[in-house]
Parts: sequence; structure tokens; C-alpha cells
Amino acid sequence: MLLEGKTLLITGVLMDSSIAFHVAKLAQEQGAKVVLTSFGRTMKITQTIAKRLPETPPVIELDVSNQEHLDSLAQRLGEHTDRLDGVVHSIGFAPQGAFNFLEGTWEDVATALQISAYSLKSLGVACLPLMTGGGSIVGLTFDAKFAWPVYDWMGVAKAAFESTNRYLARDLGPKGIRCNLVAAGPIRTTAAKSIPGFERFEQIWDERAPLGWNVNDPVPAAQACAALLSDWFPATTGEIIHVDGGVHAMGQ
Amino acid sequence: MAQTEQEILEGLANIVNEETGVDVADVQLDKSFTDDLDIDSLSMMTIVVNAEEAFGVRIPDDEVKNLSTVGDAVTFIKNAQG
Repeated sequence: MLLEGKTLLITGVLMDSSIAFHVAKLAQEQGAKVVLTSFGRTMKITQTIAKRLPETPPVIELDVSNQEHLDSLAQRLGEHTDRLDGVVHSIGFAPQGAFNFLEGTWEDVATALQISAYSLKSLGVACLPLMTGGGSIVGLTFDAKFAWPVYDWMGVAKAAFESTNRYLARDLGPKGIRCNLVAAGPIRTTAAKSIPGFERFEQIWDERAPLGWNVNDPVPAAQACAALLSDWFPATTGEIIHVDGGVHAMGQ
Repeated sequence: MAQTEQEILEGLANIVNEETGVDVADVQLDKSFTDDLDIDSLSMMTIVVNAEEAFGVRIPDDEVKNLSTVGDAVTFIKNAQG
């Protein structure tokens, strides 16, 4: 099995439509032991949804903007595992105001950057004490090379996220830790539905994806995450794998 | 196992109470989740996933926005149970 014997920390499982839910499911099916994180009021939802996985994993609390949560993460994880082989970052948030480029306030933008980009570094560093044997950190982005309709400051936050991944790859490489992202096409998750005008992305993918694209299928993105968590990308880091039906490679 | 409307209402009222503290007796068929019971979107998600577990049904995300009253939810669950 692809992930036999590995222990993974997976953030971002909210509903069973979450990409991270499908990463956790595939990971368990491929032999991994999984620990989930959630935070605040969403803890209860994650705990209920966790029961829909092949094996119910523990859910520990992690608000990536809470330094105490980050500082105590390794110790709290220690109750469930003595090491981590992989970490999945599936965390993003922007206040509604950030989805209006010319009107978005710095306060809104700062929140988007902290939760959606800086948190990759925070999470990686918080997990380091348990990643002594090297490992793989995988995050989820939405191709930030372009200005998209409606994505606005979240697009800027994703550009920062992609850069954060490269710097994290630089600094964690010597520890044998690979850092890579999956740039998925639009998928109808709870996060996506909170983006006003999300259906405009669906239209773009309908028109441009040479392989076609199913907005209701999170499995291809989850499979790419599982592959990056496995031992089959041993020399790949700082990379972005596009799982978008080919849209990124097409001209306008 | 299909349940009666009354059984579903009682089960749903307990789930709503557990999530929000709203009195079980206030969860009536004609009450709106947002306007009368003051339930926000995150609480509604929690209620939906717990109702799915309790009643053995799936309530698709796209359906949730159509469930404005307690009665809408009870009817949906009853029909989904078949």
C-alpha cells in the first residue's frame, strides 16, 4: 500500500465534501494512520464527520492563529503518535470584504494572509518535533499565477501561500522534509461555496479543461495529495502539482 | 426505519437544543431556523450533520438552503427515510 506504516496529520476536514476528508479516506485505505485537526465551533462537525472515515481518527484542536495551540501541538499529538511522516495543510479563510479587490481593507487582507498563507509555516514548524525522520508537507492552493474573477485578496493570499511553500521547502529540505502543493481546479466544498460568485470558476473550467473537470469530484486532488505524501516523490520539493484538468497549461 | 413526523420533530428538537441551547419546546414546525430560532450557518451545519447521523439520511448541501423552517427539515427527513 502507498502509505503503509505512515502517520499523517490532516487539517481541514469539515464536511465529507472536503478535499481533506478524501485525503484522509484514501490515506487510511492506503495503510496510513491519521490524526485530524479542527478548531472552535467546527470541532463538533469534524468529530461527527470523522466517524464516516473507514476508521474514526482522533480530532485534536488547532486554531492556526493561536500561538498556544501551535506551541502545544507536538505535545498533544504525542498522545496519539510518537512521530509524523506527513502533514496536510487544507486551511484557508478570508473575510467577505477581501473578495472585493478595490474595497478590501488591510484588516481583512491581513486575516486572509495569516490564516491562508503564514499558517503553512506555522503548521510546519509546529510539527517539526515529530518529523525527525523527514517527511512530506502537502498544501492545497488555487493557481495564483493569474488574476481570477471574484477571488481577489484570497488570490493574493494564495500567491503568498505558494511562495511560503518554496521558502519552507528551502528551510526544511536539509531535514529531509519535502514541501509541495496541489493546485486543484474548483471543487464544490463548503469553503468554495463561501466564495461569492464561485460558479464563475465552474464556467471557466467547463470551457477550458482539455480533460474536462467535475466540480463535484474531490478525489483526483486527494489522490495527488496521497502521492505527494508517499515515498514516490522523493526528490520533489517546492513544487506545485496542477490537478485541474489541464486548465493551467492552456492559452486564453 | 421510517419514523413519524412527531418522532422526527422530537429528535430534531433535541439536536437543535444540544447545539444552540434553544428550548426543545420552541422547536416547532412553523419556526424558521434563522429568523425565529436565531441559528447561524455554522450551527445549521452542525445540526445537519448530526441529523444525518440520527435519522440515517443524507441532506445534500444544496438542499440545506431550502430548509428554512423546522417543518421543511422534518418533511425532507421523512421523505428521505422513505
